[in-house]
Amino acid sequence: MNTLPWLLELIIALFILIGALVALLGSIGLARLPDFYMRLHGPTKASTLGVGCTLIGSLLYFSFLTEGISVQEAIITLFLFVTAPASAHMMAKAALHRRVRCVDKTLNVPWKDQ
Amino acid sequence: MSRLSFWVPRPLFSLFLAVLWLFMVNSFSVAQVILGIGLGLLIPFSTHRFWPEKSSLRHPLPLLRYFLVLLWDIICSNLIVARRIIGRTEHLSPGFITYPVSLEDEFAITLLASTISLTPGTVTTHYDTQARTLLIHVLHIDNEQALIDQIRTRYEQPLQEIFQ
Repeated sequence: MNTLPWLLELIIALFILIGALVALLGSIGLARLPDFYMRLHGPTKASTLGVGCTLIGSLLYFSFLTEGISVQEAIITLFLFVTAPASAHMMAKAALHRRVRCVDKTLNVPWKDQ
Repeated sequence: MSRLSFWVPRPLFSLFLAVLWLFMVNSFSVAQVILGIGLGLLIPFSTHRFWPEKSSLRHPLPLLRYFLVLLWDIICSNLIVARRIIGRTEHLSPGFITYPVSLEDEFAITLLASTISLTPGTVTTHYDTQARTLLIHVLHIDNEQALIDQIRTRYEQPLQEIFQ
């Protein structure tokens, strides 16, 4: 088994730590934000960058440890970026259809002007 | 419709699926190549009826630039949203905005809606096909018009150039 140079180890550790931190922030947002629509903002952004950073760390690690570049992580990132907006859109649409309650200060609530 | 375009409705997409399959299994043996090509032919053939009209991608290079801009914006938007999440949530003024779309191509509209969902504090919630507007939920509205202008110049106009 090859050993990693310390600089690379540091970079990989940094990526994984940043990823974990961003994912944690997203979860805090999920817990703290007051209504459903605002909570939607957490998973679409924080999780894409959080998981993205973790995957870059994983990509670097496995690319150097084994022969050849590991591209599976890149594909996972691609899938994530394609599916995150779609799932957020479906949840938002369902909430809109059911007129899920939102905080009172929300501007231009679509079902209130009609 | 010719015989070939009946069996292989989207040749580029078939190729993309085959290559994607090979990268996913991470092996380039003959068996996997055959399986990849098989999937690449089968999936477009069995699903192409559900899809909107073929979009015309005229300029691939600006599309690459668009994705780089998008990647940068995703990183920035994460920082902005993170700061708002940690800060006092009472100061946030969330709201919905209606964004009039001028794009024609359905795939371009999908890209625009996805882009909006991935960038600063905005999530696309609804696309009104009659009025041709996107309903967007914004985490914090400072200036509604500025936000609309920003989306128009930063994302919609490049997309318009790409899919003209």
